[in-house]
Amino acid sequence: MKVRLLTGLLSLLMPALVLAGEYNLTVDRVEIDTGDFVKEGIGYNGKSPGPVLRFKEGEDVRINVTNNLDEATSIHWHGLILPFEQDGVPGISFPGIQPGETFTYEFPITQAGTYWFHSHSGFQEPDGAFGAIVIEPEGREPFRYDREYVIQLTDKHPHSGDRIMRNLKMMPDYYNRQQQTVGEFFSDASSNGLMDTIKDRMAWGDMRMMKADVEDVQGFTGMINGKGPAQNWTGLFEPGERVRLRFINSSAMTYFDVRIPGLDMTVIQADGNNVQPVNVDEFRIGVAETYDVIVHPRDEQAYTIFAESMGRSGFARATLAPEEGMEAPIPPMRDPARLTMADMAGMPGMDHGDMDHGDMAASEDMDHSSMENMDDSKMKDMDHGSMDGMDHSKMGGDDGQPSDPFYAKGSGIMPVAANDGKFLSYADLKAQKPLYEEREPTREIELRLTGNMERYTWSINGVKYEDADPIRLQYGERVRFKFVNETMMTHPMHLHGMWSILDVGAGKWNPIKHTVSVQPGTTVYMETEVDAPGQWAFHCHLSYHAAAGMFRKVIVEGGPDSTQAKTDVAIEEGGDA
Amino acid sequence: MSRIRSLITVSLLGSMVFPTAVAAQEMIADTTSRKQALTSWGVQFEELEYRYSDDDEELGVWSADFFYGTDDLKVRWLTKGEYAIEEQAYEGLENQLVAQVPISDFFDAKAGVRFDTPEGPDRTYAVLGITGLAPQWFEIDANLYVNEEGDTSAGLDAEYELLLTNYWILSAAVDATVAFSEDREIGVGKGLVSTETGLRLSYDLVDRAFSPYIGVVHERKYGDTADIAEAESGSTEDWFAVIGARIAF
Repeated sequence: MKVRLLTGLLSLLMPALVLAGEYNLTVDRVEIDTGDFVKEGIGYNGKSPGPVLRFKEGEDVRINVTNNLDEATSIHWHGLILPFEQDGVPGISFPGIQPGETFTYEFPITQAGTYWFHSHSGFQEPDGAFGAIVIEPEGREPFRYDREYVIQLTDKHPHSGDRIMRNLKMMPDYYNRQQQTVGEFFSDASSNGLMDTIKDRMAWGDMRMMKADVEDVQGFTGMINGKGPAQNWTGLFEPGERVRLRFINSSAMTYFDVRIPGLDMTVIQADGNNVQPVNVDEFRIGVAETYDVIVHPRDEQAYTIFAESMGRSGFARATLAPEEGMEAPIPPMRDPARLTMADMAGMPGMDHGDMDHGDMAASEDMDHSSMENMDDSKMKDMDHGSMDGMDHSKMGGDDGQPSDPFYAKGSGIMPVAANDGKFLSYADLKAQKPLYEEREPTREIELRLTGNMERYTWSINGVKYEDADPIRLQYGERVRFKFVNETMMTHPMHLHGMWSILDVGAGKWNPIKHTVSVQPGTTVYMETEVDAPGQWAFHCHLSYHAAAGMFRKVIVEGGPDSTQAKTDVAIEEGGDA
Repeated sequence: MSRIRSLITVSLLGSMVFPTAVAAQEMIADTTSRKQALTSWGVQFEELEYRYSDDDEELGVWSADFFYGTDDLKVRWLTKGEYAIEEQAYEGLENQLVAQVPISDFFDAKAGVRFDTPEGPDRTYAVLGITGLAPQWFEIDANLYVNEEGDTSAGLDAEYELLLTNYWILSAAVDATVAFSEDREIGVGKGLVSTETGLRLSYDLVDRAFSPYIGVVHERKYGDTADIAEAESGSTEDWFAVIGARIAF
C-alpha cells in the first residue's frame, strides 16, 4: 500500500511524460541447468539470466518488481545514473523488497549503452539474480552494425553463495585446485635450477602467500546467456554482416579473457560509454564490466566465442554461425596463471627498491627482514611513495615484452593474446565524447585495497565495512580517487550513482566507466564529478570480497533543494523497514 | 485521490517546516546485513579413523573442531577421543571449549576450559593457547594447561601438508606433550610426556568435504611417563596403521 502511495506521489510530482514505459519483473526461484549440473537458483520472470530490458534514452521507466521469494530482495541497475532511492541497495537506497511485495522503481533514462541489473541482497546475484539492460540512444550511433546480441557471462557454481562464503571463511583455499604441487616443484627445479626453486618457494612460504592465488572460487561452469559450454549458445549472422556483441560480465568472482578465433574485434563501448574504436584480438572483462565489440564475419563458417577465466580454471563458450547447429573448434585452455613477486609489490613491508621484476629472480632480491612487518598489521609503516612513480605513458612495451601499464611490471597475470596479437589495455580506452568539462580535481582520496587471504577478510584502508565510517563527498566537487592495491588479487571497484572517469593519461579523453579493475601491485586513479545527491554504495564487485568487507557507503552532502525534498519523501516512506 | 493529494500537501508542508538540512544520510539507517559482522560456522574432523596397532590393539579415534563466530571472536569446541574397541573403554576423551580472538595477521589466541573424561580419573584444565599459520605453511597449535590441583602442562601440535597433486595430499602431523609437574594418578610424569607422529595420505573425493585417507601413526611415551606405563605393564611405544577420512562441512 505504502509503495503504491509513494509511486502515485512521485508520478504526480513529475512533469507530464513524453515517453514512458512500464516493465514487470518477478523474482523467482528457478532451476539453472549448466549442462554440467542442475542447481536451484534465483532468476527473473522465471529464468536466469532474466530478460534483456530494452529502454530508450529519454524514456521514463516504471519497473514493477514482485518478490516471489521467501526472503527480501532488491534490484540494482548497474551503471545507470538515477535518483539514489531508485538505486536498489537495501539499507543504503531503500529498505529492500519484502517477500510478496511489489516495489515500483521509477526513474528517467538519461544515458544509452549496455548495462545490467542484479540483486544487491545477500548472495542472490551469484545464485543467478541478474539480467541485461540495453538502452537505445536518442541520436545516431557513431558506428554501423546490422544485428546485435547480448553476451552475458557468468561463473555458475554448484554451491550456493552462502555455502561458498562459509567454506572460504573456514578454508580460504577450499576452491583452489591450482596450487603448486610436488610435481611443479620438480619441473620448476629442472627449468630454473634447484636452488632458485627452493628460494622461490621459501620466499612465498615466508609470506604465507600462494602464487596460485589468482581465482578464489574455482569449480564453476562458465556460461553465456544461460548456456554452458556443451549447451553452446548460438547467435546467427549472414556472412558480410556487422554484428555488435554486447559483452557483460555478470560473474560473482571471475574475470574472463575473451576472443573469437578468426575474427578481429573492434571495441566501441566500455561500461556503456562509447570509446574511440580499438581493434583487438582479445580482451579481459572484469567482473561487472561491459564491453561492446563489432565483428565482421565474412565467411560462411562458424566462429567460437571463447572466454577463458583469468586463472584458467574454467571457460565459457558460445558460437556465431550462419546456421543453427554449426560449430567451430573449442581451443584448449592455456596454462594456469601464477602470480609473481611483482604482483606482491603493493604489500606493506615489501622493499620496492630492490625488486627485480624478472620473474623467478625476483625472490632472490627480496628483503626478507623488511617483510616481518607483515606479521603485525602495522598498516601505518607502509611506504606508498614508491608506487607514485607510475607513469602510464612511459610504461608501454619498452623491451618488446608484453606490457600493460595497468599491471605491475613483470606481473604473472599480465594478459597476452593467444595469437600474440593485440590484447586490449585500459590504456587503449579513450572516450568518444567526454561527458564532463575537464577540470582539476578538488581533492584526492586514497583508498588502499587491503585484505588477508588466510582469514578471508577484505577491506579498504584496513577497515572492513562493518567498522567503517561512510565516505563523505560534497555535491559539486570533483574527487580524484587513488586506489592502491596492497593485496595479491584483482579488485573490480564499482561506485554507484556517479561515473568513474578512469585516468589513462588521456586528459579530457579519459574513458568513463562504472567499474574499475585494480590489479595487484598497482595504483590506479579515477575521478568522479560528484553530481548525484544522496547515499551510494562503493565496493569491490567480487561477491565474496564485498561481503567480507571491501565495501563502503558514500554520502553526497548538499545538492539542489528539489532533490532534497524528494529524498525526504522517499525516506519517510522507507524509514520503518 | 483526495487522500493522495492531502498526503502531498502534508509532505510538502513537512519539507517546508523541517529544514531540508535533515539530509538523506541521517534518515535511512544502514540495515544491510553487510553492516553486521559476518557470522560463520564450520565443522571439521581432522581425524576420524580406525587404528590397528603392532600388538593387535584396535582403536577408534577422532579429532574434531566446531566453530561459530565472526572474524573478531569465535567460539570453538574441540573434541578428541581414543576408544579401545575390545575393552569398550575410552583411553582418551578430551573436550575443550575455547574463545578465540585474532592477535596478528596469521595467529589467534584462545582461552577456555578442557574436560578430560576418559576411563579412570577425570581432569579439568584451564587452557591458554595460540593457533595459526607459521611461515612455510606450518599449522601450529600451542597450548598451556593448568588443572585444579595446579598441575601444569603444555602441548604443541604442528602439521604440514604436501600436495602431491591438487587432490592427493600427504600430511605430516606431530603432537608433543610436556608436563611441568607430575600427575601420577593419570600416568603423567614430569618432563616430556609423549609424542604422536602421523603421516596420512588423503584424496579429496568430494570437494574438501570428504577426503578418505590411509596412514601410519607412531606413539611414544618418554622419561617418567614411560616408567609409570612400564610399571603398570602398559606399552611405551606403539605403531598403528590407520584408515579414515577427513571431513569438513
